[in-house]
Amino acid sequence: MDRSTLFEKLRQKFGPRIIESDENGLVPSVRIEPATWPELAQSLRDDFRLDYLSCLTGIDRGKGQGLDAIYHVERMDAARLSISVRIRVPYENPVIPTVEHIWRTADWHEREAYDLLGFRFEGHHNLVRILCAEDWEGHPLRKDYKSPDTYHGVRNNVV
Amino acid sequence: MSSEAARTLTPVPAGLSRGRMLDQDGDLRTEEMLLNMGPQHPATHGVLRVVVRTDGEMVIDCEPHVGYLHRCFEKHCESVSILQSVLYTDRLDYLTAMGNNWGFSMAIEKLFPDLVIPERAQYIRIICQELNRIASHLLAIGTYGMDIGAITPFLYCFREREKILSIFEAICGQRLNYNYIRPGGVAYDVDDRMVQTIKDFCAYFRPKALEYDDLLSKNDIFIRRTAKVGVLRPETAIQYGCTGPVLRGSGLARDLRRDMPYGIYDRFDFDVVVGQGEAGALGDCYDRYIVRIREMEQSLRIVEQAAAKIPGGEYRSPKIKGKIRPPKGEAYTRIENSRGELGFYVVSDGKDIAYRVKCRAPSFHNISVIPEISRGSMVADLIAIIGSMDIVLGEVDR
Repeated sequence: MDRSTLFEKLRQKFGPRIIESDENGLVPSVRIEPATWPELAQSLRDDFRLDYLSCLTGIDRGKGQGLDAIYHVERMDAARLSISVRIRVPYENPVIPTVEHIWRTADWHEREAYDLLGFRFEGHHNLVRILCAEDWEGHPLRKDYKSPDTYHGVRNNVV
Repeated sequence: MSSEAARTLTPVPAGLSRGRMLDQDGDLRTEEMLLNMGPQHPATHGVLRVVVRTDGEMVIDCEPHVGYLHRCFEKHCESVSILQSVLYTDRLDYLTAMGNNWGFSMAIEKLFPDLVIPERAQYIRIICQELNRIASHLLAIGTYGMDIGAITPFLYCFREREKILSIFEAICGQRLNYNYIRPGGVAYDVDDRMVQTIKDFCAYFRPKALEYDDLLSKNDIFIRRTAKVGVLRPETAIQYGCTGPVLRGSGLARDLRRDMPYGIYDRFDFDVVVGQGEAGALGDCYDRYIVRIREMEQSLRIVEQAAAKIPGGEYRSPKIKGKIRPPKGEAYTRIENSRGELGFYVVSDGKDIAYRVKCRAPSFHNISVIPEISRGSMVADLIAIIGSMDIVLGEVDR
């Protein structure tokens, strides 16, 4: 199966639920709503055998546009067959259903995206910080993030 | 098990009666105990903390805690220019900094339409990357032997690694954090004398690779410590996103240099080495180790071919100079680094500072599989398992 067949089949199966698809760009991708994600993920793994979640990138688009989560999924035995799935969520309710039961590696990916960007992955069994300290406040990769002035008595932001 | 549980653990009360110390069969009764391994522990290869639930000598469960070296790499990249970010990538996987530089540069280069990297730069990149892979695997093998109790191989490995680092020092002035491969090419040219030194090294190193077989690969104690220990089944490896020697040790022939050639890897002749379960079980610690040993030989083949054919000409693209301002866009690229697939997702808004840089680090995923393969093993085997993963915490914590 090549990439255009994959995109074609996905468009047939999900119809208007695929909001946008970009097949020939630098990052070939489809855009969907968060609610479609568990079904699409299951289908990608079972019907198309995309068994490897390579990366989950979170991006703060800034200027009130919201947060983007970009999942890079591909096949372990054929690196060329890959697809990226983009999901946009608003700042005030950044909820995406978890896919850790589909790809186990999503467990740590999602924890990192929660930690650094504040996504909330619904259904994740242990959504706690992974890179920052447990009592850290805020999500550092948000564009409006301000680092704290003190942390446990250690002064920060000293010029 | 949360770290909270580890902290509130009450010690075993003193003065247990003899009756309570024996179980129904009259054997000494053991109790579960929480053991904190790290963050400062010589066998965790960096600042890694593993909370282990043990029962006697058995590991019931364990959980790696990472983040002790977190230094906001991705946030830094949003505040310094792209050329300065290359320098930060050195500190990710500090044992294969050439690969980090290349991975990041490749993502930036992809944003420029019709940018051509000069031939000479392509050859220099491949020579540096493969020499760096050998140096990194040498360290992995040496320290792995040391984890298990063999000190001699470590000294042999460092003898060879030293020669590679000296070559890098002559090429770019640095021994670990090179900042050498940059968007558009490489930072400095390599002279003919240097190419000859590299050829000499290849001739020197080829017979040396056999010494490791005598020292470790065929060492009975080493085989007993690693065979059938920490068996990682291929399905599990895929589920957890393991890549590099860890994945290939489980018998899956996936190597981006061959499967999705970047640079000019498609011009070279080399084999993808996979584990075959020769010590007893496919995907055990021995397989992961032996894959590294044999990969060094393949890397050496690539270096020999590249050094023989290196062309003259430009060593960096004249199109990229001064401030690097990629056009608006997004790119995701991956390279095969010594520890697996190193990916960079770069978003550019047309300025000389990237809007967002995301790093997909191979060790991050290789660590996450440790609990899965160490349940039910001995505590001493846990050390062998962590060592066989060859993790670098610099890229886990970023």
